[in-house]
Amino acid sequence: MSLSTDDRRTQGSPASPPADKDGAARGQVRVSTKVPLRHRLRRDRTLLLMTLPAMLLLLVFAYIPLAGNVVAFQDYDPYIADNAFQAIMQSPWVGLEWFQQMVNDRLFWSALGNTLTIFLLQLTLFFPVPVLLALFINSFVRPRVRAVAQAILYLPHFFSWVLVITVFQQMFGGAGLIAQTLRENGYEGFDLMTDPGLFKFLITFEMIWKDAGWGVIVFLAALASVSTELYEASAMDGANRWRRMWHVTLPALRPVVALLLVLQVGNALTVGFEQILLQRTAVGPGASEVLDTYVWNVGITNGGFSYAAAVGIVKGIFGLLLVLGANKVAHLMGEQGVYKK
Amino acid sequence: MSGLLYRMTGVAGVKPGTRGRLRPVWEEEPSKAGLATKGVVLVLTCLAVLFPLWVVIVTSLSSVSAITDAGGLVVIPRGITFVAYQELLGGGQVTRAAVISICVTVVGTLFSMAVSIMCAYGLSRPGSVLHRPLLLFMLATMFFGAGLIPTYLVVQGLGLTDSYLALILPSALNVFNILVLRAFFMSTAQELVESARIDGAGDFRILWQIIMPLSRAVIAVITLFYAVGYWSAWFNASIYISDPEMMPLQNVMNQLVLKQERPTGLTQVINTGHLSLLAIQMAVMVLALIPVAFLSPFVQKHFKEGMLTGAVKG
Repeated sequence: MSLSTDDRRTQGSPASPPADKDGAARGQVRVSTKVPLRHRLRRDRTLLLMTLPAMLLLLVFAYIPLAGNVVAFQDYDPYIADNAFQAIMQSPWVGLEWFQQMVNDRLFWSALGNTLTIFLLQLTLFFPVPVLLALFINSFVRPRVRAVAQAILYLPHFFSWVLVITVFQQMFGGAGLIAQTLRENGYEGFDLMTDPGLFKFLITFEMIWKDAGWGVIVFLAALASVSTELYEASAMDGANRWRRMWHVTLPALRPVVALLLVLQVGNALTVGFEQILLQRTAVGPGASEVLDTYVWNVGITNGGFSYAAAVGIVKGIFGLLLVLGANKVAHLMGEQGVYKK
Repeated sequence: MSGLLYRMTGVAGVKPGTRGRLRPVWEEEPSKAGLATKGVVLVLTCLAVLFPLWVVIVTSLSSVSAITDAGGLVVIPRGITFVAYQELLGGGQVTRAAVISICVTVVGTLFSMAVSIMCAYGLSRPGSVLHRPLLLFMLATMFFGAGLIPTYLVVQGLGLTDSYLALILPSALNVFNILVLRAFFMSTAQELVESARIDGAGDFRILWQIIMPLSRAVIAVITLFYAVGYWSAWFNASIYISDPEMMPLQNVMNQLVLKQERPTGLTQVINTGHLSLLAIQMAVMVLALIPVAFLSPFVQKHFKEGMLTGAVKG
C-alpha cells in the first residue's frame, strides 16, 4: 500500500466524528469518485479482506439458505441423492401445491392461532413489566441499591432456556417445591407444568422471569437521559411526584416504548421457539404448537421438508409485512420506529 | 441550575462514602410507610430470582437423608456434601458434556469475536470502497430469516452434521453485535488513527494496537453475549448431532432433569442409596449456572453501552 494512495483516504475523512453519514460521507464520495475503482480496491484491500470471513459466513448461512427455500416448490426427497444440494437439484417441481395444502391444514391454523394468542399475552402481560420495573428501580436514589438490584434482575437473562424451565419445573411441577409443601400440609398437590389450559400463561410467566429484568436496561438509560432541570422546573411550578411522572418521565419513555413495540410486533410470529419446544411433550402439541415448532415437527422430525419450508416462507413473509406495517404506524404516530423514513 | 441550587442550600451535595442526602431539595420527602413498602417490594422481586436458585444449590449439596427428610427439595441446608459433584465430575456422561460445552464456548467465542471485530473495523473506516453495499448485505439479514428447514438442509449439504462445527458456524455471527462494535469503533478518536497511519501503521496494526485497547468495555460485553449464546445453545446440537457422546451440557441437562432420564453410569450409586437422583439433577443445573452467574456481574456496568450504541447509530 503506497503512501500517496493512502493519504487520499485520510484526506477525504474529515476530522469531525465520521458517524454523521450525510455530512461526512457526501464529501467523501466526491473525493472518492476521482480515484478509479481499481485503485480504491487496491487501497482498501486490507479492509475488504477483514470483512471477508463475516461476509462468507453470511453468504453460506443466511443467503444460501434463503435460496434453499425453493424446496417449498418441490417435492423434496432427501434420499434421492447423497447430498442435500444434489437432492434439491434432482427433486421434482410441484408449483404451489404445498401452499394450497396449507389452506386446508387444521394443524397449521391451530399453530397460527396459538402463536397469535401467545403474542397477545406477551404484549399485555410481559411488555409493561420492564417499564414498571425501570420506574421502580429509578425511584431508588442510592446507587448501591440500584446496582445490586440490577445485577440480580439481569441474571436470569443469561440462563439457558433449559435451565429456566428446569427451575420452573422444580418450583411449580408435580414434584416441585410448592406441590411438595402443599402435600406435606395435607392439601392436594398440583402440576402447573403439564396443564394445557394454563400453558400459555406459564410460558409468559417464564418469559417475565427470564427477560423482564434485562428489558429494564433500555428504559433506565432513557430515564437517565432526562434532564433534571425539567423535573426541577415542574416541581417549582407545583407539580407533585405523580404529575412529574406523567408530564416528564412518561413522555421521555415514549420513543423507546414505540421502538420496542415495533420490534415486538415485528416478531409476533416468532414466539418462544426453544422454550415451547422444551415443554412440548409435557403439555402436548394441542396447546403448545406454534408456527416455529410446527415447522420443526413437520420438517425435522417427520421429514416433510417441503411442506415445512412452505410454512416457513409464509411465516417469513407475514413477519416482514408486520415489521414494515408496525414501522409505518410508528411513523404515522410521529415516532421514529426501527428505521427512518 | 440544579447544581447552583445545591450549592446555595448546601444540603443536597452528594459526598461519596457519607450518608448524605441524595435526593434533590425540590423533591418531596417520601413517607416512612412508602419507603418501607418500596423496600419490601424490591426485596421480594429480587427473591423471586434468587430463591429458586438457592433451593437448587442447597439441594445439590444435600445428603440423601436430608433430601428424604425434606420430602424432596431442600430449602434449609442441613449439612453439606459434595458427593453429587464428585460423582458427576469424576468422568462419565456429565463430565464429557461439560468439557464439550467449555470447548465449544471458548473456541466459538474466539472465532465469533475475531470475525466480528475484523468485520466491524473493515466497515468502520469512513469512505472506504464498497462499505455501503457490504453494510447493506449485512443489514438485510436482520429483516429476513432464511427459516429452519433450508438452514438445516444447507448444514446437512455441507456435511457438518455430527461435527462440532455445526454448533459454531451457523450461529457464529450476530449482526447486531457487529453493528454495536462498528458504532463503537467509529466513535474512537480519528486523530489517533490518522497519526498512526502517518507513522506507517497498517489496518491490522491500527485495529490491534489502537482501536481494540480503546474499546475494551464494548468488547467485554460482546464477548459475554457470544459466550453466553454458545454456552446456552442446545437446539443446534439436538438437530445436527445424533451421537449421544457428543452432546453438550445443556442437552444432557435436558435429558437428565426435564425428561427425567437416568444418568448412565451412576445407576448403581443411586440404587445403593449412596446418592440421591435429585441431588444429581440439581448439581447438573448448578454446573450449567455457575459460569454465567459469575461472569455476567463483572461486565454489568458496560451492559448499557453494549445494548444501546448499536441502536443509536446503526
